[in-house]
Amino acid sequence: MSLKTSLTLALAGLMMTSAAALAQPTEIKIGVAFEPPALDPTAGAAEAIDVVVYQNVFEGLVRIDKDGAVQPGLAESWTVSDDGLNYSFKLHDGVTFHDGSAFDAEDVKFTFDRILAEDSVNAQKALYAPIASVEVVDPLTVDITLSRPDGLFLFNIGRGDAVIVAPESADNNATDPIGTGPFAFVQWDRGSRVILEQYGPYWGDKPALTRASFVFIGDTGAMTNALLAGDIDGTNNFAAEALPVFEGNPQFKVLVGLTEGETILATNNRKAPFDNLLVRQAMAHALDREEIIEGATYGYGAPIGTHFAPQNPDYLDLTGTYPHDVEKAKALLAEAGYPDGFSATLKLPPVAYARLSGQIIASQFAEVGIKLELVNAEFAQWLEDVFANKDFDLTIISHVEPFDIGIYANPDYYFGYDNPEFQALNETLTATTDAAERTKLVQQMQTIIAEDAVNGYLFELAQTGVWNAKLEGMWPNSPVEGVVLRDIHWTE
Amino acid sequence: MSWRHNPGLVGGLIAIIIFAALGLTSLWWTPYPIQAISVADRFQPLGPEHWLGTDHLGRDLLSMVMHGILTSLLVAASGVVIGIGVGVPMGLAAVAWGGWVEWLVLRLSDLAFAFPALIVAILIATLHGPGELNAIIAIGIFNIPVFARVARGGALAIATQDYVAAARLAGLGNAAIAARHLLPNIASLIIVQGTIQLSLGILAEAALSYVGIGTQAPETSLGLMLRDVQGVFLIHPWLSVLPGLTIVFLVIALNIAGDGLRDAIDPRLRRQGMNHGAG
Repeated sequence: MSLKTSLTLALAGLMMTSAAALAQPTEIKIGVAFEPPALDPTAGAAEAIDVVVYQNVFEGLVRIDKDGAVQPGLAESWTVSDDGLNYSFKLHDGVTFHDGSAFDAEDVKFTFDRILAEDSVNAQKALYAPIASVEVVDPLTVDITLSRPDGLFLFNIGRGDAVIVAPESADNNATDPIGTGPFAFVQWDRGSRVILEQYGPYWGDKPALTRASFVFIGDTGAMTNALLAGDIDGTNNFAAEALPVFEGNPQFKVLVGLTEGETILATNNRKAPFDNLLVRQAMAHALDREEIIEGATYGYGAPIGTHFAPQNPDYLDLTGTYPHDVEKAKALLAEAGYPDGFSATLKLPPVAYARLSGQIIASQFAEVGIKLELVNAEFAQWLEDVFANKDFDLTIISHVEPFDIGIYANPDYYFGYDNPEFQALNETLTATTDAAERTKLVQQMQTIIAEDAVNGYLFELAQTGVWNAKLEGMWPNSPVEGVVLRDIHWTE
Repeated sequence: MSWRHNPGLVGGLIAIIIFAALGLTSLWWTPYPIQAISVADRFQPLGPEHWLGTDHLGRDLLSMVMHGILTSLLVAASGVVIGIGVGVPMGLAAVAWGGWVEWLVLRLSDLAFAFPALIVAILIATLHGPGELNAIIAIGIFNIPVFARVARGGALAIATQDYVAAARLAGLGNAAIAARHLLPNIASLIIVQGTIQLSLGILAEAALSYVGIGTQAPETSLGLMLRDVQGVFLIHPWLSVLPGLTIVFLVIALNIAGDGLRDAIDPRLRRQGMNHGAG
């Protein structure tokens, strides 16, 4: 072999290796704290389901973007009648499900009929109650008629609960999800991970990633090590207490944003002494919101004074309604007939923000004479006691659904707030489509529940993501539950 | 035998007395109340104000450790009391009555041995919720067969002695023989086994609290302290090192004292132990 050929060969070899090194990786491994109980977002309330499949495996007629705005999804366009009751959706042509079957108007009708059916197990069935009928005009046109105008209708059909499923596969979606999204489900190793792969015939823009795994790591220490070792490329929500490990590390980027989770000290309004407004006001004065936010979220949560997300333009800052004031709280307790305070239980679900907030609140309430007994419960137990049987005094939980102030209009809801004035306002709100008028109503509602001190309003849950510094396209905020892979890509 | 010949017992006992005194003091006094949270003071380093610093909620670590030692000792000691209270009578009954009683006792302890303390604790926590009491019950159940076997083993050797036969001829019943002749002669064995189970109980309590089915906040224990701060181990390692070291020293002290106690109570055992070592 001549010197020239061997040099050329060596050069060629060099070029090949550098080409391989320069090629962008197209796979991602994302660590998430909770494993979903199933993978069908239309049949379960768990946020963990949406984290894996929403907009990745399944799509709705419309989709929510990273700012919380409604964008066209499987429907490329739509028209709304003047009375706000009739929506006509024009569907995309050439869309297929991952099993190869075609998507058309019949699938849309099937999806909504399934949500509204008597035996439906949809977690947000009430949101779709205004739908009176779904009609197939032709294979690419669907008309949806509402029984009353609904200002949030388009947003609601963009949620994970209303993604379009096919009649042939809907029953198996819990274990073998088949949707129309850019990623197809490959396998679910229980207790370990879910693997998704890019779906070749996807109708829309091809995502940059070809393969994505969601790895389930419940423990903060294990998650930290997995990130440092490169076993995972990022996580959408990392424990705030350990964030300093990654802040200032050039290999990682920390994305701080807010979720739609209003974290509240939920109070059983049916039960004495919490049925007394003076007692609830005293509790509100006893809370030191700043200390709770610092202690439980390391300063990342945003203070709220009512049940509304602070990043929403209609949010009203009511954090000053009952400022932290121990003397005032004691005086109000005395006025309510509890000069020496009282004892109560505080049931805590197994999430870090609740357990930490619980200890801090117990310490703060002790200062005004309210003795709290902390009861740690597992999730199933907590759901049964608090949500189903309403057997609790106080609890701490984050309500992660967007625009959920309407829950205060339901007197049968677990915290049992029954105020006809508020219920009337909520009726008016759902029937109002005018933006300015809606703002006015929503702010009035926020004020009522803040002044009634229905629950203790603590903070808006933050989302603190830790990602490989070379990754782009992740959502900093979480306007809707989900980790959307569509825009995520590697850069050099 | 003089104390000088048994430095292990003296050193171990002194260490245990110090630990126990720290724990008991926390009943009346701690530098700061352990339930008083002050987020503004969290992660304080060691200093004159907080000798051992503060944790993630601004609680004084010295106070937490003092109270944690008390919890650990109480849980482990209660477990030993349950074990002795139930296990020793079972073992003595097996020897005194023999026959089907012995068979039953042995099978029951086989059954109890088949379930590790952790499994028992998970079972109890599922049925009645997590808590200190459940840790005590789980550790107690784990201790019962241990003491039953030690009591039976010790009593078997005694039961063949002439004075036991004489007592039986004199008309003493099984229960009386067990109480008057067997029990006093195996007391030293039980005490030595008790110190071993005490140190195992402290490890078990720490493990149960660490996995979240033992002591619950706002109470504290050494295992719970470890659990609370494991997420910040890389940033504030001291918070994990302190309760960890406390557990290590507590268990070492108990083991050394247990060895010394065995030597002091029963020199024959020491000779046997040395023979084993030589062999």
